[in-house]
Amino acid sequence: MTTSQKRPPADPVLSLKGISKNFGAVSALTDIDLDVHAGEVVALVGDNGAGKSTLVKILSGVFQPTSGVIRFNGENVSLSGPSDALKLGIATVFQDLALCENLDVVANIFLGRELNAARLDEVSMEVRSWKLLNELSARIPNVRDVVASLSGGQRQTVAIARSLLLEPKLILLDEPTAALGVAQTAEVLNLIERVRDRGLAVVMISHNMEDVRAVADRVVVLRLGRNNGIFAPDASNTELISAITGAESNSVSRRADRKKGDQIQASGKPS
Amino acid sequence: MTNIEPSTPSKLDRSDVRVKHDGGFSASIRSFFERVRSGDLGSLPVVVGLVIIWSVFGFLNPIFLSSNNLVNLLFDCSTVGVIALGIVCVLMVGEIDLSVGSISGFASAILGTLWVNHGWPVALAILAAIVFGAVIGSVYALLFNRLGMPSFVSTLAGLLAILGMQLYVLGSTGSINLPYGSPMVDFGQTLVMPHWLSYALGLLPGIVIFVTGMRTVSRRQSANLSAPSLASLLIKAVAITALAEFVVFYMNRDRGIPWMFALFVVLVMAMNYALTRTKWGRSMTAVGGNREAARRAGINVRFIYSSAFVLCAGLAAAGGVMAAARLASSSQQAGTGDVNLNAIASAVIGGTSLFGGRGSAYSALLGIIVIQSIASGLTMLDLSSSLRYMITGAVLAIAVIVDSLARKSRVSHGRA
Repeated sequence: MTTSQKRPPADPVLSLKGISKNFGAVSALTDIDLDVHAGEVVALVGDNGAGKSTLVKILSGVFQPTSGVIRFNGENVSLSGPSDALKLGIATVFQDLALCENLDVVANIFLGRELNAARLDEVSMEVRSWKLLNELSARIPNVRDVVASLSGGQRQTVAIARSLLLEPKLILLDEPTAALGVAQTAEVLNLIERVRDRGLAVVMISHNMEDVRAVADRVVVLRLGRNNGIFAPDASNTELISAITGAESNSVSRRADRKKGDQIQASGKPS
Repeated sequence: MTNIEPSTPSKLDRSDVRVKHDGGFSASIRSFFERVRSGDLGSLPVVVGLVIIWSVFGFLNPIFLSSNNLVNLLFDCSTVGVIALGIVCVLMVGEIDLSVGSISGFASAILGTLWVNHGWPVALAILAAIVFGAVIGSVYALLFNRLGMPSFVSTLAGLLAILGMQLYVLGSTGSINLPYGSPMVDFGQTLVMPHWLSYALGLLPGIVIFVTGMRTVSRRQSANLSAPSLASLLIKAVAITALAEFVVFYMNRDRGIPWMFALFVVLVMAMNYALTRTKWGRSMTAVGGNREAARRAGINVRFIYSSAFVLCAGLAAAGGVMAAARLASSSQQAGTGDVNLNAIASAVIGGTSLFGGRGSAYSALLGIIVIQSIASGLTMLDLSSSLRYMITGAVLAIAVIVDSLARKSRVSHGRA
């Protein structure tokens, strides 16, 4: 296990100590510790069922932890609902995107924090939406279209634009690039770097090791609801995969070995 | 801010070259037809339905379309219409209140008891009735939010329990007559606007549409957004004004526009504003469309549900008070029979979805006019109430069929 070479000096923005979450008899998370500093991208990786999404939902106030301490900006906080997290400055882009299909793009971006509650300021909201979307180089034809008419990638962009609206201190991204095309993935990764350079903390869940290596400063591995190591982004694939799957010999490495064997066999054959 | 083609200075919302954007009046007509074809019908079906219903009844009995009958129609619309307006609220969040009839009946019983039997000032008695409705609504909200009781069941229980309370309050007498000649009963039976005032007020919607429209256009232009053309705005305002003035003219040939109907229309307009132009209304639509998304956006979902239930029950009580004024009595029959279903049917016929997240305050107005036209037309043809129920039921079924067909079409055309 290697640790990150450049450790940010300041106190962590977010610090989890001994977070556990049980659903009945199932322990989705056990004793999770996690530190996230300002200006840092932490990638959260793990196999299906490792508890990544559960952890994100705890941080965004959707679930409450069974036990453990959450410190945000050096203070103990309890997140009893999504609005608490938003107020603290924790913005979340959920994997199931949590958009209202019956509302248009502007309404979705500003949902819950509309300008001028008694007389909605549609013009300002529309202008701000266009600016946010243009910063993301988004390809949304018309912000007055309802979200039901958008493609998966367009919805992802709307969800990310929405998380940036409140100028948060910490952004949680649950599989931000899963539904995106090549160009949009690059845009989102650029965006993540831009957000980090502005001094925000970013926690990103991804299955895509390429994306993780591209932007992450540290890679935190979860396995079966427990911490299973912290890696630098340049750690070898074998190291990461064995931490994710929990063994040196696993289905991924066996497959790789077999491929290698096939290649040697093929090249060795006389033509 | 980056434009795709920096060489041509384009509007902020017109920079995407892949989208066809055309302006002008002909374009708005074209986009209207496109919307209808893709299943975004709005209030078109109910307007078409209304034209058919009025033509048929007008053909069968010319008196149906007389000013006198239509003024009566407006009086009758107002009471159940106010109840339907409350139903729109609960339907917006995807819930239902089946007890609005009982609430309205009990409200009229409270009014009669407190005002006539106990000698309370009438204003106080009305207030008590409406507050009582709101309390019932908050009980439903409590059952829904805290105990997870489906509104379908809790309000079905409420239907029976509140009907029982109504019978208990009215006691052995069974009905209380409200004094004729009191302002309350006059309001429900005879009071109409002075003709000059109704003409003046008829101008108002057009002026408001034009002035607010102009302001929006100038604000959008200064923010570098595309704006609707002046011509289309003007045509819309003129059309609305012409329609309103014609209605006023036609009603003024007889008695005129009832104050009670004016109250109903004002409530509809206020609700329309609240639902479309305020944060609360946006939250209502969001909760009805995707409750979990609304919760994650930080909306206080429980408060939104509570406000919907309380408003619905409060408006039902207000409708009950108006019905008592219309009938000049508080009786055991008030709010029973078809009041419940007429109110719900009005909201649905008018275009508010039963599944939440889609609807408009105007659906209560349009829907109740359809329902009341059928009732009035069949009564004039001397048909029994058995036929009336059957035909109203068929119209409701058609309305729901149109709604679900339109929904399918919207889904396949990528509209919500």
